[in-house]
Amino acid sequence: MSYLKRFWPVGAFVALALLPYSGITIPGLFDGPLNSPGALQVLALCLVFGGLAAGYDLLFGRTGLLSFGHALYFALGVYGTDILITKFGYPLPLAALLAVLFATTVAVALGAVALRVHGIAFSMVTLAFAQVGAILVARDPNGLTGGEEGLALDASRLPAALVGVVNTVNLYWLALAYLGLVLTVLHRVAQSPTGRVFAGLRDDERRVGVLGLDPYRFKLVAFTLSGALAALGGVVYLLLTAGASPHVASSDLTLTLLVMVVLGGPGTRFGPVLGGVLFTYLDHRLTDVGASGAVDALPGVLAGPLSQPLFVLGTIFILAVYFFPGGLAGLRTRLTALRRTVTPPPRP
Amino acid sequence: MSTVILMTVTGLGLAALYFLVASGLSLVFGLADVLNFAHGLFLSVGAYATWWAAGNLPGAGAEGWGFVLAVAFGVLAGTVVASLVELVMIRPLYSRTIEQVLVTVGLSLAGVAALQAGFGADPRPFPRPAWTQQVVTIAGARVPMDRLLLIVAALVVLGALLAFLRWTRYGLIIRAGVENREMVTALGIDVRKAFTLVFAIGGAAAALAGALAGVYSGSVSPTSGSSLLIFAFIVVVIGGMGSVLGSAAAAVAVGLLQQFVNYYGGSGAGDVCVVALLALVLLWRPAGLAGKAAA
Repeated sequence: MSYLKRFWPVGAFVALALLPYSGITIPGLFDGPLNSPGALQVLALCLVFGGLAAGYDLLFGRTGLLSFGHALYFALGVYGTDILITKFGYPLPLAALLAVLFATTVAVALGAVALRVHGIAFSMVTLAFAQVGAILVARDPNGLTGGEEGLALDASRLPAALVGVVNTVNLYWLALAYLGLVLTVLHRVAQSPTGRVFAGLRDDERRVGVLGLDPYRFKLVAFTLSGALAALGGVVYLLLTAGASPHVASSDLTLTLLVMVVLGGPGTRFGPVLGGVLFTYLDHRLTDVGASGAVDALPGVLAGPLSQPLFVLGTIFILAVYFFPGGLAGLRTRLTALRRTVTPPPRP
Repeated sequence: MSTVILMTVTGLGLAALYFLVASGLSLVFGLADVLNFAHGLFLSVGAYATWWAAGNLPGAGAEGWGFVLAVAFGVLAGTVVASLVELVMIRPLYSRTIEQVLVTVGLSLAGVAALQAGFGADPRPFPRPAWTQQVVTIAGARVPMDRLLLIVAALVVLGALLAFLRWTRYGLIIRAGVENREMVTALGIDVRKAFTLVFAIGGAAAALAGALAGVYSGSVSPTSGSSLLIFAFIVVVIGGMGSVLGSAAAAVAVGLLQQFVNYYGGSGAGDVCVVALLALVLLWRPAGLAGKAAA
């Protein structure tokens, strides 16, 4: 029993890795069988955003830093790899490595400036820095980023195993590997002394300072690590969508990451992943449902907003902030407490 | 020379827009500690309400007093929406800063989506009076009237806000509340009424900015608010949270810098420069130019 408790994440991971071998159809949830390329593509996107949300939670939920600039590092991973492959003809591993290293360096440099201020001012500075990234992407310097059009990935330079609809399953495994890596790193960090300092910073920064530890340095470590994980996620996302679009650099992307983390449960082990997966899935599914006839049958006042996934998700998010402050991960403890109050205690 | 004058006036016009958005943000943040991501929504609501009124409201139109009426309707809509947001959504989360930010984030996402559902994602042509499209000659430079309209509107709002803060009882409460909210509460004043008031004022100014931005750009789209909002945030941080005069000064600096560097240094360079200015100001004076003080 205790083994089951301890190793269920490994079991879940193995089950997810074996999922492409099953041909189950889940009517209503996915259009095709689970191992069809369409379903695998959506699942892979869900896994990538699960990993991204978990990486963002290292800042928000575990260290207490509210950054509005996470999209910048994600976009550096996406555009950096894309530009190096498509414009300069680098092979994928080298391009990915260089892009992630560059994004990490940028995270160190910008984090060093942004962390000089605290609280909301930090949020605004990160927002402004990320905005520079969004502007640069949109303005298309030297024709590098492709501006509003985005930059399609030159598939001829990629390994054959990652190209084409037939190979979606490989991308799915790649996304799963990314999620596994992020969770492992975060778990190791959380168990380490550094992770305890992060939690201390979240709860009471002054106290950490009084203990003789330098809050600035630890926050910079968290910021850099989180930025590097985001850039790595960007590489996987690029392969998955076969191109970069300016949306990945927008502040809206950071805001959706924040929404995922809060929906899932900030600071918990699997909450952010759950939030990321669920949000991405609903975003896709609601777009399909909105385009289908199901919503059009409703009266006009309802049909308009309900066909917009972000309206539905934004509303759910607001309600969650009021009524489920711990997110999905906090739901179980709340339900347990509820059950205890509802069922009468056993008689002695 | 005439280019410099035209650039200066255009930069000041941009600064006027920034100020209209930032003044409300700054007061809300200074008093209630709410970083309001939904402020861009108030702007869009104002723009769309003006657009709607000019076409549908009896007596309103695209010209003369009809346009004034349309703008007044837009400002009223922005004020009402902002007050409702404060009363219904922000107030229950009083003093829980992070949750308040999260709610405004959700509101901005859902609000933009709702506007898209209602009016379509594409920009709509905005009604603008013919006289705003004419040019006047100032010292040899031919300056479009719409920029002057922006500057005059911002100056009027600045004067009205300063007068309100200085000479009315509620202005006094707001100024005191920005400086030390606990003390104001301890003196037996319900500071939450002032929260609603600053939200309403901020909503009105943002809605006015939305209507004027529509006149300036000639179109209105659901996402027009969010792009202005980021620069308004920068203005607020540079100017010092809670300070109206600081916002005005920072708006002028940001507007002029952006305009001139974009012209001489290539498109996009000005926006980058503004962020560099923000980084410098924060390293040099983390509390912003004005520190923390209303007025």
